[in-house]
Amino acid sequence: MENILTINNLTKKFGYLTAVKDLSFTIQKGNVYGILGPNGSGKSTTLGIVLNVVNKTNGDFHWFDGSVDTHDALKKVGAIIERPNFYPYMTAEQNLKLVCKIKGVSTEKVEEKLDVVGLLDRKDSKFKTYSLGMKQRLAIASALLNDPEILILDEPTNGLDPQGIHQIRQIIKDIASDGTTILLASHLLDEVEKVCSHVVVLRKGEKLYSGRVDEMINSHGFFELKTEKQSELISILEDHKLFDKIKTEDDLITAFLTEPMSASDFNKLMFEKGIVLSHLVKRKESLEEQFLQLTDNLN
Amino acid sequence: MIRLIQLELQKLWLNRTSKVLIFVSFILPFTVLVLSSIKINFFGFFTLELGELGIFNFPIIWHITTFCASYFKFFFAIVVVSMIGNEYSNKTLKQNLIDGLSKKEFILSKFYTIVFFSLAATLLIGLATFCIGMYYSSYTEASIIFREVEFLLAYFVKLVGFFSLCLFFGMLLKRSAFALAFLFILYIVEWLVFWGAYEIFDSADKAFQVKNFMPLESMYKLIDQPFQRVVMTKFPDKMDLAYDYSVHFSEVAIVMGWTALFIFLSYRLLKKRDL
Repeated sequence: MENILTINNLTKKFGYLTAVKDLSFTIQKGNVYGILGPNGSGKSTTLGIVLNVVNKTNGDFHWFDGSVDTHDALKKVGAIIERPNFYPYMTAEQNLKLVCKIKGVSTEKVEEKLDVVGLLDRKDSKFKTYSLGMKQRLAIASALLNDPEILILDEPTNGLDPQGIHQIRQIIKDIASDGTTILLASHLLDEVEKVCSHVVVLRKGEKLYSGRVDEMINSHGFFELKTEKQSELISILEDHKLFDKIKTEDDLITAFLTEPMSASDFNKLMFEKGIVLSHLVKRKESLEEQFLQLTDNLN
Repeated sequence: MIRLIQLELQKLWLNRTSKVLIFVSFILPFTVLVLSSIKINFFGFFTLELGELGIFNFPIIWHITTFCASYFKFFFAIVVVSMIGNEYSNKTLKQNLIDGLSKKEFILSKFYTIVFFSLAATLLIGLATFCIGMYYSSYTEASIIFREVEFLLAYFVKLVGFFSLCLFFGMLLKRSAFALAFLFILYIVEWLVFWGAYEIFDSADKAFQVKNFMPLESMYKLIDQPFQRVVMTKFPDKMDLAYDYSVHFSEVAIVMGWTALFIFLSYRLLKKRDL
């Protein structure tokens, strides 16, 4: 696998506050990565460092194979951070042409990329007349101008209305399906869950986990059950070695598995024991539940 | 280098305010120059013709035009300060860096633009002075025409130095208005230095020598005021009017030193700063 970004023991201190602590991870070509963490966990600072706008305190990072300067490597990267920053007095097209000049690519792709984000008919309007959603889409167009090896997005749906969020997510999915590597920082877990294959979880500047989303915690899932004979079911479950934790909420029983077991096997077992289930669902923890478990375990 | 200038020119040229200010800073000194060179008739009572005072004679005309034109540098100074201030307030500086411009390239693109405009202003003033001089001057031998052409060099160095100072203040304070206010504060500080030096050396001459090393004063000293010289030409026998008005290499060197320092400090500041 080709490495796009390698971070080794990166640390950033703002005075007495440590924003990023001894962080290491690698981004490989072709995957969609999420950086997860609550507000203030060091996501934006980490991205700021690798994007050449924040100075690191310790550690190092390199883009691609490490043979080019950061600012030259950034010409092959597309990035949007926090809010879209453009010259308010220039039109969308003029702004994009300026970015082309900085990146050293030809301006012929300006119209094509404006079309991708659906802004082609507004290309001659000044940036200051745009709504926030349009500004964010223009930022995506700008990040795509050089057909980047990797697209970095920091909270791309922040402050947008539901339509805007949906549009941006659709654009991200389309780009991901073309095989572009994506690094998406967000505190919105369902956003990461919907688009990412890999995840890096941060808390207070420290890495809690990095790897595939579905391997984030060791879990075989759980059953949600309902039955008339509730007390009998609970005693059977408690005696059974496959279940370690059983929760009861009203008439809904949740039983967590310690080993893999299919729903049909479970149903058969219950039937043999003379219990008829009125409700049986096998589920895995959502990213949100996994994330909370992960952060709780370390508290 | 061409790429960096192009970048900056696009940023400036598409902004209406800076376009107007650039226009003013080029056109106004021109207009003043042309207006002062034509014969003004006050309703038939009397005619005012500055040309008759002999101020349009070579070589003194180089001195007078560069001195007067340098006052119009303030218009472009506003442009310089706001081109930094805007990058900060629009956060486009951050975006430029993310898009792959290095911090060094960012400062250089500003500096090249300063040099570009200073050069353009110098050439324009040089050309206008030459034409007006050729029209009015009593002496038109080549040796006299080009005798004090070093005032043009001084003018160029003065502009680059002053705009570099503005660039540094812009980078330091991030806001255009504060940066302009700081220019005024620096002016006061230089007089305080003068006063301090006067207290120490107990001599105004010595104190002026100290002040000559300060940024604003050193730029001002590049082209001394020409009025005393005009009076001198009218009364050549009054020896107490004589003063040293020529451009000295040491003066040019001091200003170039400041320019290098301001550009270097601007770069250092940007390099150390988290955006």
